[in-house]
Amino acid sequence: MRTRGGVGESIPRPDGPDKVSGRFSFGSDLTAPGMLFGKTLRSPHAHALIRSIDVEKAAGMPGVKAVLTAADLPGERLYSLHQPPDQPVLAASGEEVRYAGEPVAIVAAEHPEQARAAVQAIAVDYEVLEPLLDPVEAIRRGSVLRELTIRSGEPDTPADVVVDGYYEVGQQDQAPLGPEAGLAIPTPHGGIDLWVATQALHVDLEQVEACLGMRAGAVRLHLGGVGGAFGAREDLSIQVHACLLALRTGRPVKMWYGREESFTGHVHRHPAWMWYSTGAGRDGRLVFVKATILLDGGAYASSSGAVVANAACFGAGPYRVPNALVWSGAARTNTVPNGAMRGFGAVQSCFAYEGQMDLLAARLGLDPIEIRLKNAIRPGDRLITGQAVTGAAPMAKLIDLCRELPEPPTPAHPLALPGGAGNVASAAEVVRGTGFAVGFKNIAYSEGSDDYATARVRLQRGADGEAFAQVKTAAAEVGQGLVTVCLQVARTELGVEAVEIERADTTVGNAGSSSASRQTWMTGGAVREAARLVAAEVLKRAGPPAQALAAGHVLDEEGAPLAPIALFLDEPIEREFEHHHRPTSGLDPAGQGDAHVSFMFVAHRATVDVDPEAGLARVAQVATAQDVGRAINPLQVHGQIEGGIAQGVGLATMEEIKLKDGLIRNASFTDYIIPTSLDMPEVAAVLVEEPEPDAPYGAKGVGEPPLISSPAAIAAALRAATGRRLNRVPVSPDELAGLTECRPGWLVRPGRSPAEAVQPAPQG
Amino acid sequence: MQVSVPKSLDAALGLLAEDPQAVLLAGGTDLMVAINFGRTRPEHIVSIARLPELKELATGEQVRCGAGVTYTRLLERVRDRALVDAARTVGSPQIRNAGTLGGNLGTCSPAGDTLPSLAALDATITVASQRSGERRVPFSGWMRGPKKPALEPGELVLRADWEEAGPAQVFLKAGTRNAMVIAVASLAMVVDRARRTVRVALGSVGPTIIRATAAEEMATGLLDEGGWERPLMPTEAAQARFGELVAAAARPIDDQRGTGAYRRHVIAVMARRALQRTGAAP
Repeated sequence: MRTRGGVGESIPRPDGPDKVSGRFSFGSDLTAPGMLFGKTLRSPHAHALIRSIDVEKAAGMPGVKAVLTAADLPGERLYSLHQPPDQPVLAASGEEVRYAGEPVAIVAAEHPEQARAAVQAIAVDYEVLEPLLDPVEAIRRGSVLRELTIRSGEPDTPADVVVDGYYEVGQQDQAPLGPEAGLAIPTPHGGIDLWVATQALHVDLEQVEACLGMRAGAVRLHLGGVGGAFGAREDLSIQVHACLLALRTGRPVKMWYGREESFTGHVHRHPAWMWYSTGAGRDGRLVFVKATILLDGGAYASSSGAVVANAACFGAGPYRVPNALVWSGAARTNTVPNGAMRGFGAVQSCFAYEGQMDLLAARLGLDPIEIRLKNAIRPGDRLITGQAVTGAAPMAKLIDLCRELPEPPTPAHPLALPGGAGNVASAAEVVRGTGFAVGFKNIAYSEGSDDYATARVRLQRGADGEAFAQVKTAAAEVGQGLVTVCLQVARTELGVEAVEIERADTTVGNAGSSSASRQTWMTGGAVREAARLVAAEVLKRAGPPAQALAAGHVLDEEGAPLAPIALFLDEPIEREFEHHHRPTSGLDPAGQGDAHVSFMFVAHRATVDVDPEAGLARVAQVATAQDVGRAINPLQVHGQIEGGIAQGVGLATMEEIKLKDGLIRNASFTDYIIPTSLDMPEVAAVLVEEPEPDAPYGAKGVGEPPLISSPAAIAAALRAATGRRLNRVPVSPDELAGLTECRPGWLVRPGRSPAEAVQPAPQG
Repeated sequence: MQVSVPKSLDAALGLLAEDPQAVLLAGGTDLMVAINFGRTRPEHIVSIARLPELKELATGEQVRCGAGVTYTRLLERVRDRALVDAARTVGSPQIRNAGTLGGNLGTCSPAGDTLPSLAALDATITVASQRSGERRVPFSGWMRGPKKPALEPGELVLRADWEEAGPAQVFLKAGTRNAMVIAVASLAMVVDRARRTVRVALGSVGPTIIRATAAEEMATGLLDEGGWERPLMPTEAAQARFGELVAAAARPIDDQRGTGAYRRHVIAVMARRALQRTGAAP
């Protein structure tokens, strides 16, 4: 007997029909009787001193029920994802605003238009200050969020060939289609219930409690429908503000951002400036990697510290690198804070080290794929942090499988030519290029974090007399399909197909964040263990010869059904389990340590069609082989791969937040453009399933790898098609057409801090 | 905010006469964006979305296209390729189902996708008000500046009309995405072999749509020489010269959508291709 819809099957998502038919309730759909609408006043300046804030006029306007400033804060005035908190809930009079978009005051009114009018009526007297916008200058002045150096082997070992390169990655937005949204409802006993579209209920909860000055238990968080996250929902947005307004007014308060506000209301991917020097022997084997990876952290810390570490740890690539010197750091500047985004530091450095591998291959006359195979990391090898790769590491196999995937036909339809509907290119003007890149990244939290997730599983007899299970966690379904994974795990372990995934809230233990490709491992693992405890109790109640559960029945050791499971459920069975992953350690002063629990590897091959004269491109295909450990749901894994590649195409070819004087110039989907279906390439994907020893079912995370090396592969393909350097993504039409080249604004010795940077001689 | 929904053109003109500050709403694809951004909070909106008088579309030698004709209807019915290809690049199918030719004219943006084509077809725009009745404006006099159409208070756009210009016409648009993108640069070229005219109009490379008159004269000269009824196969040098003349007519700026240097470059590339393609067309 077999339980249907368990681990390994491509079952459809339980929330799929509601989502495609418009019935699913997203955060911005939340509603409560008598609710007020909250709006935020934000700083128009990148850096200014607030001399005074006058709310009197706004407070007296029609429909306005509350206008709050920092003077009204009942608890901690600062918050952050990490200690110590550094970001003001609201910037106070007499203090500075440090980025354009920083919240200064909040308003609740009967109607959103009244709230909007009141926000505009708040008079803030700013003394505008000089913003610090150049991250190199910031490092030179000691304005640093985190910096670290990784040193392994003898970085100054001479090499037969050395290639130097400079690379930039633009600031990417996560661009979730659902903007920040939530609804705070005061409880009769002075507490508060907050429904919010977030990635991590308990991480939010801890910060909300502190900022509200409320005791544990007074605040409950519930997951509102999440319309995409990609890192944008790790930091607080409306959470504390909506609660403050609800507590002040005693009424439900809904807050949601429009698209423009969303661009300043969440963190973005760190833009990066990278100086690399890579040495190899004549045979193509790597001798050393020296790198300086500079990230703009923006005004507040957010996840910068962890992103800095990731960019560094993976900064030499999934290769055997005997000697390395990597400096990685985030500058504190007066721009919108940067933090988590899918790929989390590994994307930026991948673009640089893969560019270097292509330079090396060209210098040595080697095939770009051969040089990668020659250096590919293997199980047991050590990373530049000294950590041995103990689990599955099928890097060479991924490269082989990826290169063998069929290449796409030349475009047949005019819309498939570069420029698409714009009708600029005809087939005669188009050249094709192919590029290859590989990448890797950690799964779950690192550097000694106690990373765990909690699940509660209940098995009972339903009104129909059949057994059914309920799974409760606080883990956020953000569109990635965690609810499907939990459902499949519960079915497999309990032998019961009727499984309900309950709505996530904080009445159950912490599940951590839906980030770092960790939830299948962490929450999936917690559900598995809790379900196994429940299953053990069923077997105990059934007694010998009961051996296993499947398809609603207790089975004997031959697999023959003995009795329906429901027979043993006179009393429901409920078990909770807290699943921790193997402990990791911090990095020592030389950047050495077993900082990560496990790694995911990936290979990408991109095929692009380019109109080099007009500077237009279309990505025709991205082929990929991905190390997934085991696919719990192969259909969903392919969904993650396609979605990640879409964001990779975006980063490589079009997506960039454009700042001028610290202000975002393109805070809309009109001007911050993301790929349409016409820009989306064909995806050819092969999954490599080598079970990871530590992981539940051997499953690795799958969310981030599709975005780690796809931008690098696309850039390489564009280089192959045009012969241009293209050392910056997104590649601009100007660079593609050969009108300009990206040159460093500062000269930095790879591996050294930009504090020692000098400015290059002006171009003659 | 007051929203009026007049049932007839006369009623709409009456409302506009009473309140010349009223803002017109047709497809809403520009107005709603401005409202959502908080750039405008009109006191009075007059919806002309349902006026049957603005929906007329007569094709043939003489084309008459009502201001309320959507891009979708336009690209299904009209035969002038320059306009059809421009309409196809507007937004997504949803936007093309809502947005109208009159809206493109009324918004009067240098990035308005159909405007270079209307300029190259030498369209005439008919406007009307209750006070002065109908008035005809040649496209060359339509754009007084970015977002400044030749509309007097109380006037609205009734229609555009033009003479069908034959198959030798193209529209090209460069943007950093393969669909749903605001033009970084665009170009429409119409070679009307029957009437022996060449018109080249440029979008998004200046404050208004720009006619590249020196390039037009050059192409006219080539056709005079080679014969208007024969395919034109311009030499590489002629193409390059034509591209230079077009680029020289452009007055592009740097903005968040593209650089002036790229705009000037790509408009020349598009011009060379436009000359080739119209030359090859019958």
